[in-house]
Amino acid sequence: MLNIVVCIKQVPDTNEVRLDPKTGTLIREGVPSIMNPDDKAGLEAALRIKDELGAVVRVVSMGPAQADAVLREALAMGADEAYLISDRAFGGADTWATSSTIAAAVKKLPFDIVFTGRQAIDGDTAQVGPQMAEHLGVPNVSYAEEIRVVGDSLIVKRQFESSYQVVRVKMPCLVTALTELNRPRYMTPGGIFEAYREKKVTVWTRPDVPVDDGNIGLKGSPTRVKESFPKALKGKGEVVTLDAEAEADYLLEKLREKFVI
Amino acid sequence: MKEFSEYKGVYVFVQQVEGVIAPVSFELIGKAKELASSLNTSVSAVLCGCGVKALADELGEYGADNVVLLDDPELRDYMTEPYAQAMYGVIDYFKPEIVLYGATTIGRDLAPRVSARVHTGLTADCTKLEIEKETGRLLMTRPAFGGNLMATIVCPDFRPQMATVRPGVMQKAERVPGRRANVMPFNYKIERNDRFIEILDVIKKMNEAVDISEAKILVAGGRGMGSKENFKMLYDLADALGGRVAASRAAVDAGWADKELQVGQTGKTVRPKLYIAVGISGAIQHMAGMEESEIIIAINRDETAPIFNIADYGVVGDLNKVVPMLTEKIRALKNED
Repeated sequence: MLNIVVCIKQVPDTNEVRLDPKTGTLIREGVPSIMNPDDKAGLEAALRIKDELGAVVRVVSMGPAQADAVLREALAMGADEAYLISDRAFGGADTWATSSTIAAAVKKLPFDIVFTGRQAIDGDTAQVGPQMAEHLGVPNVSYAEEIRVVGDSLIVKRQFESSYQVVRVKMPCLVTALTELNRPRYMTPGGIFEAYREKKVTVWTRPDVPVDDGNIGLKGSPTRVKESFPKALKGKGEVVTLDAEAEADYLLEKLREKFVI
Repeated sequence: MKEFSEYKGVYVFVQQVEGVIAPVSFELIGKAKELASSLNTSVSAVLCGCGVKALADELGEYGADNVVLLDDPELRDYMTEPYAQAMYGVIDYFKPEIVLYGATTIGRDLAPRVSARVHTGLTADCTKLEIEKETGRLLMTRPAFGGNLMATIVCPDFRPQMATVRPGVMQKAERVPGRRANVMPFNYKIERNDRFIEILDVIKKMNEAVDISEAKILVAGGRGMGSKENFKMLYDLADALGGRVAASRAAVDAGWADKELQVGQTGKTVRPKLYIAVGISGAIQHMAGMEESEIIIAINRDETAPIFNIADYGVVGDLNKVVPMLTEKIRALKNED
């Protein structure tokens, strides 16, 4: 029986984030939290392997207590066990410290395959997956679009800009999933019931994760945020409302002025 | 503050596939030249592959002072582990102060693996890189939170300082024919281990010729196009202007355009001379990928669409009428000439 670990992150739905038009700052209130889409594709891939070949699927998340919600969602979709890595000591971590912490936690679990999403929509770095693989000492295949288990290996179709590689990677290994991989299933009512009534989320705090103090949290992060600021938008230009013919003439004139044509 | 005086030079990972150097590598060399001049140091291009020595000339012409050459059969095709070993070897031996990678699917796979191995920081998808005058540190600015915020990142206590940059964000230096780099072959032993994978097949994507990040003129369509058939008028306009067609995420998700044509946070970053946004309302994620375009024209029927906030010239109207008329007028004008 295969053991699969899926790493998932709870993220704000950045498609719902709006800027305050007066101050240019983010309006964070009321932004819903979701399971990161690439991670969900990784979870679905794991569940399909479970459906087909049998597997124990364990989901792991690092975050505040509220991240319990995405782990319950994963349980309701069909994951078997859930672990929440949660402690103030882990807070403020960059991708290096995040990957070192999650890798140390994942090492406590048996695994043949670790799935992560390619990237999280609130950070977009795509770094934690490959960095975790390095900390775990296993090969990684990023940007997976198709996955098959064949014997002791995975056959993965890996996306590049203008081509695909089909690769064979021996387990244990780490795969970063793209949303293109599949269409994740919905939670079932029975699954939701089980996730909240019968299954549990194991919380791992600082002492439960065997990792050096120097490799976690803000202190263990090689990179620091020096400052953050709202993006300066380009100044507004001219906007005209005319009849269609006049608008076409207006654009034609501008293109000539700017020597485009 | 830690002492890093032995770390010197700005290094660029050169991405070559089948003997062709990715344009982003030249763009990074252009940026590296600026950084190196602020630091009074040199630019070294790290060229990995098999039988790729001849590419060193081109790197010199685009501004590399040195080319560190790793020529090894294990580096023929990109695979994470042998390339990570190669970059680890270069960093361990040469001790660069800064290492830059293209934020391509290769760079975004390799750089994090290397950062974990050498234990240093890595900042993804930087849109601005500069040297802090007082400290000589690299200031790495990137969009955060889905492009809603910008953050400036530093890596104070570890070296090298490493960053990835998306294609199309930095500008190539002017090519100087005949300018030569000092080629330094680096014999580093790539060790086979259990982290190696096996490439079974390479499949080319069908429409590889279309790289929108290279186009000078882009005509992009969004949700407002309404159908795949309507994209035809964008191709007509693009043809008349000698440009290419691009699309917003909404149009790609609707199946009207190929994923390769997608501009934005989850697509490509473009900075053409002219960007015409047709039926694109202007989600932050889209604008993050095109706002650096030189001239932006927006055609949208909703006068409150955010795209008008960054457009140089906007028209509020029916794209189904305006676009074909504009195409006709451009054609007529060109026929006169």
